[in-house]
Amino acid sequence: MLQEIILAGFGGQGVMSMGQLLAYAGLVEGKHVSWIPSYGPEMRGGTANCSVTISDEEVSSPIITEPDTLIVLNRPSLEKFEQDVKPGGRLLINSSLIDIEPKRQDLQVLKIPVTELGREILGNNRVSNMIILGAFVELTRAVSLESVIGALKKVLPEYRHNLIPLNHKALETGIELAKGREFLHFRSCG
Amino acid sequence: MAKVLMKGNEALAEAAIRAGCRYFFGYPITPQNEISQYLAKRLPEVGGVFVQAESEIAAINMVYGAAGAGARVMTSSSGPGISLKQEGITYMAGAELPCVIVNIQRGGPGLGGIQPAQSDYFQAVKGGGHGDYRLLVLAPATVQEMVDLMEKAFDLADEYRNPVMILGDGILGQMMEPVEFSEEKETLRLEKPWATTGAKGRNPNIINSLFLDPAELEKHNHHLQQKYDRMRKEVLWENYQTNDAELILVGYGTSARIAKAVVDQARAQGIKAGLFRPISLFPFPKVALQEACKKSERVLTVEMSMGQLVEDIRYNLEFKVPVHLYGRVGGMVPAARAVLEEVKRLVNSGKEGKTHDNSF
Repeated sequence: MLQEIILAGFGGQGVMSMGQLLAYAGLVEGKHVSWIPSYGPEMRGGTANCSVTISDEEVSSPIITEPDTLIVLNRPSLEKFEQDVKPGGRLLINSSLIDIEPKRQDLQVLKIPVTELGREILGNNRVSNMIILGAFVELTRAVSLESVIGALKKVLPEYRHNLIPLNHKALETGIELAKGREFLHFRSCG
Repeated sequence: MAKVLMKGNEALAEAAIRAGCRYFFGYPITPQNEISQYLAKRLPEVGGVFVQAESEIAAINMVYGAAGAGARVMTSSSGPGISLKQEGITYMAGAELPCVIVNIQRGGPGLGGIQPAQSDYFQAVKGGGHGDYRLLVLAPATVQEMVDLMEKAFDLADEYRNPVMILGDGILGQMMEPVEFSEEKETLRLEKPWATTGAKGRNPNIINSLFLDPAELEKHNHHLQQKYDRMRKEVLWENYQTNDAELILVGYGTSARIAKAVVDQARAQGIKAGLFRPISLFPFPKVALQEACKKSERVLTVEMSMGQLVEDIRYNLEFKVPVHLYGRVGGMVPAARAVLEEVKRLVNSGKEGKTHDNSF
């Protein structure tokens, strides 16, 4: 199995760490992984994106031009990357900050207002990235929840380990949402 | 040791420490800053020295000093900074000082940009500074290979008393992949009786690249050339699906990763494609390239430059096989899909008996 994912949003939304977690979770499962960040004169509030490959085979090219899945946390990211998604691919949208409809008709789309959910349910919109990551895990089974939790322990410095339960809760929130909303929010392939 | 996920730049830095490097002198530039960031923290932990110099020129001359004293020493930079270091590099080549220089390439010319490129190929493999000299140049394509080649780089530098360059690019420096480090070995390092370690009880050693007598300088040049000839046995390369390939893609570093994906996609469509990946760019694996291309009707280089590697491929194939170029520049990265289109175009034009305007 080969999963190519592009994750994009504002700098500060946790796009890079979400991608790193995903890659680390793949590594925990003994898969071949790679993570490439966009880099440049970027800052909080600017745009950020990263490409993650998770594969059973050796990763030949880590550069993703046609992702299987696109996860977007803000509107400019949707506008920038929507056209690149593989035909019939998945699109996960943060509907709290994206008020436009995707143009493509062939994609499986899941919209979740993760910024609001983070704030309302968990009292912290900084874990909204974990909610959408949970949804991704549920929909694709690219990696397991346990592996993501295992990855959190490796990626977070020790003094931040007190945040693991909150992140765990956010991931589970996403998983539940994806379970419940899958059929409501997924358009069939056109 | 278990595998860890690391950025190429950080992995290179850790590998340098494990190869016994205890001195780093550098000056910041994107996209290689994680190397100095990592070493600034790690070197003091192992009793080493990290200096962020006032300029690239200062840094490379500190490398000259440390290498002259027999230390394992390294510097790193990207395009514009490597250009600034050229004077020091040619002095080191002339004085026969071992060191490792990392170039995480970005788009040029001039200040250019900060996105990945491979347009410093000529500068790396043809010398770079003034005078007749060569660097050993190693081009990793994965984060693991960045680690594996680092120890080799230091060993080669000591063995040949020559600067060694690791030629990467912005993607390799910034990307994370799983890596495994071997335990630091207490290997027997080469004695350096030529080093300036204090002349108590022996005649002073002199480290210099100044030869005012032309006959002496010619002799020194001949000595260097013999050394570069001896380096030929250090060639490294990778063949991928080349045995029956009618079209061979050639690329190094990140471009080779893309080309590998293109080979798989082409094969899935019934096109017999293969990849030849030079790992040592100097010395160049000429015999291996010729062997890999024996059955191929054409060759396509994939590179992030407007055509530098392609010239060496034509030269090393002795102009016997048509060699084409697919190049992107300025920080743009070749897309596998576009390269595949070029492969298909070349294969089809070959069937129709047309030659391509871009080949020789």
